[in-house]
Amino acid sequence: MQRDSASLDVTRRKLLQAAGAGSVLLAFHLPLRAAPAAGEAKPTFAPNAFIRIDESNKVTLVMPQVEMGQGIYTSVAMILAEELDADIAQVALEHAPPSDTLYGNPTFGIQVTGNSNSVRAFWTPLRNAGASARAMLVQAAAQQWKVDPASCSAAKSAVTHAATGRVLAYGALVRDASKLTPPATPQLKDPANFTVIGQPLKRFDTPDKVNGKVVYGIDVMLPGMKFATVALCPVFGGKVGHVDDSAAKQIPGVQKIVVLDDMVAVTGDHMWAAKKGLDALDITWNEGPNGNVSSAEIWADLRAASQKDGVVAKAEGDVAKFLGQGDRLDEAYELPFLAHATMEPLNCTVQLTKDSCEIWTGTQIMSRVQGTVAQLTGLPLDKVTVHNHLIGGGFGRRLEPDMVLTAVRVAQQLDGAPVKVVWTREQDIQHDVYRPVYRDTISASLANGKIQAWKYRVTGSAVIARWLPPAFQKGIDIDAIDGAADIAYDIPNLQIEYVRAEPPAVPTGFWRGVGPNNNVFATECFIDELAKKAGKDPVAFRRDMLGKTPRLKAALDLAAEKSGWGQALPARAGRGVSIQTAFGSFIATVVEAEVDEHGEVRLRRVTAAVDTGIAVNPDTVIAQIQGGLIFGLTAALYGEITIDKGRVQQSNFHDYRMLRIDEAPQIDVHLIKSGEAPGGIGEAGVTASSASLRNALYAATGVPLRRLPIDRAALAGKKNA
Amino acid sequence: MATLKINGESKVFEATEDTPLLWVLRDVLGLTGTKFGCGIAQCGACTVHVDGKPVRSCLLPVGGIGDRAITTIEGIGATPAGASVQKAWLDLEVIQCGYCQSGQIMAAAALLAATPHPDDADIDAAMAGNICRCGTYVRIRDAIKRAAAARAA
Repeated sequence: MQRDSASLDVTRRKLLQAAGAGSVLLAFHLPLRAAPAAGEAKPTFAPNAFIRIDESNKVTLVMPQVEMGQGIYTSVAMILAEELDADIAQVALEHAPPSDTLYGNPTFGIQVTGNSNSVRAFWTPLRNAGASARAMLVQAAAQQWKVDPASCSAAKSAVTHAATGRVLAYGALVRDASKLTPPATPQLKDPANFTVIGQPLKRFDTPDKVNGKVVYGIDVMLPGMKFATVALCPVFGGKVGHVDDSAAKQIPGVQKIVVLDDMVAVTGDHMWAAKKGLDALDITWNEGPNGNVSSAEIWADLRAASQKDGVVAKAEGDVAKFLGQGDRLDEAYELPFLAHATMEPLNCTVQLTKDSCEIWTGTQIMSRVQGTVAQLTGLPLDKVTVHNHLIGGGFGRRLEPDMVLTAVRVAQQLDGAPVKVVWTREQDIQHDVYRPVYRDTISASLANGKIQAWKYRVTGSAVIARWLPPAFQKGIDIDAIDGAADIAYDIPNLQIEYVRAEPPAVPTGFWRGVGPNNNVFATECFIDELAKKAGKDPVAFRRDMLGKTPRLKAALDLAAEKSGWGQALPARAGRGVSIQTAFGSFIATVVEAEVDEHGEVRLRRVTAAVDTGIAVNPDTVIAQIQGGLIFGLTAALYGEITIDKGRVQQSNFHDYRMLRIDEAPQIDVHLIKSGEAPGGIGEAGVTASSASLRNALYAATGVPLRRLPIDRAALAGKKNA
Repeated sequence: MATLKINGESKVFEATEDTPLLWVLRDVLGLTGTKFGCGIAQCGACTVHVDGKPVRSCLLPVGGIGDRAITTIEGIGATPAGASVQKAWLDLEVIQCGYCQSGQIMAAAALLAATPHPDDADIDAAMAGNICRCGTYVRIRDAIKRAAAARAA
């Protein structure tokens, strides 16, 4: 047996050293550097933007998508490691630096984490990146051994030539592999041969989250750092009038009072001093044109707008003709403004000097943050450094750069010292970018117990038009109607319309679950009302119309079975079902709930059957569904932001209520094994929650609620729904 | 200058007596594991132990603490209950974003130290003050039971 003893020795020693260094290395605290240039002292194999391997056999994987709790760092690492045949227990992870070119989300063309599409969008690019690098490493080893690459295999960050027993660790192949050209079409693994993907793997980001070591953006500490907090005009669009700072200046620890046209900030030795200073300011605001905006006006406008014909986004068959035949039903469903209320309040740390700006924050939009800071400061892009952090909740709030821009504007008034700007919870809730109010109206006709015509109109804010203007085409917000256009049911005649209606003054943005939140809610509530009209059981009624969507039918069958659908329940308890294909995952959900005489709701149990295709890290899929359901149920039970006199009326968790552990139901998630490409899962639990809850309450009480949050007085029979 | 006993060590710092412990921990002493969530004792993210009892540090002025022992998330692993909770949290993969979990772990560790075998009602009573926006409640409940069982074994 021939052996390349020298390289084997080196390899083994390096492997042992690497093993001794502990398990997965998290390099999150390190400053980010671009992949080392060729000719640098330390040779590195960096065949693409996602993978770096050095001679010590350290495999570093660069994360194009941000980690905000959804487990994506682990899933991305698993996909890369699978095709790379890297030892998953030994990889190091790094945040990606800002770059649309290297890390742009294939769906959006910019570097963004959202729309539950990290795994979906990067599935093939990451597999290709891993497979390409593996092929080059194998080829490098084969050349050294003068054997056919096909006779070599790779596993655990090493190449083996089985016939001769020779082994070379990836680290020993760094120089040779770097000289090779990547294959044009790398050979991907047959999913049947996956050893990492599909196996439950402990998340890489959680060990430091149990002992206080994790550093979120809000935890950044820099030498000489000042602490600041801000007050924005309580009326949207208003300006600062007059500020009397005489009392604030007397407060120990207060350093500087920054007055800008639309906000006031106070810096201090710590957050408490800054907050006390801010509270002590006597600020007169110029409210501007929005001082009379109210929820009542917004709803009246929205309802009026929903009477108009919309832009037709999808049309099949002849809706006008068939709506006029058979049993017809028309209903409207309304969703309120919502705040994100991430547990980590908005924050950003800035160090701004004459010729550079450094940003420390947690953001879902790395490159956009860099670009907007460059624009604001007039600095060249390469002088703006963004250090991203693990995120204490995104939910869409951190798809906006406002917190960074506000912090930079404060820093512009300081002397170059680093400043950490932290929003109070009150500022965070009252200056959010809100999930818009939506009104979805649906008309349908039934023939022989099935839907023969379906007209669905979404009326609401076009978030896409502001956030990604090139995607706003022909007056259609593709997100707002996404879940309506992508309907799972067999309906021969259908029409989907969109009416753009921007609420006055209130800024609107993406909120976990996005468009499918209103679409799934309205569709699935309406389906239950149609089932009742048809005299059918809600599961049976749906089941008969899922011929073109067999994966959803299978999920429905499983959820019905596991939830005990049809079994007797106590008085005023009920089960409700909803089904969806949102984000490319096929999910059926059954909520079991009961209602007391006051209309108070108790969640008894939730059962979800989930076909998300290949589940990269199955336990993460289950966790996202469990958590997404709670997130959505919270909104359905309690969530509503209201406006009075141009101001948000809610301010903190006492009046913007969250579901708590004593209200949380048992949740059983059943994964359906599948070889299909992965679907999205981070938001699917949210969209699965509200209609199934509402339908359970409908079954329990007979009251057809058509607005969220749920109306307890209506459930108690004290008023109409 | 004031002194507090934190995680078994004496810590000297400068802050007015009305300053909440949360901000002394985070901004003065750099113990950032304790989190700011709401500032009005509604969310529990800032939970620490004072003489073993769970307390919302966002409303606890440092001037009134005296020589009582403070334990934070950075020190809770040194207690048997805290270590068992941390292990159960990882074993059952409770955590998502993790921002609230310092407070959740502190509340759970205090519960187990006082009530070694909590039932669902005990868990509800001890943990209902801690909000988790990621919705990890189902796993928190299971992990507390697992930690209790592990300590009994």
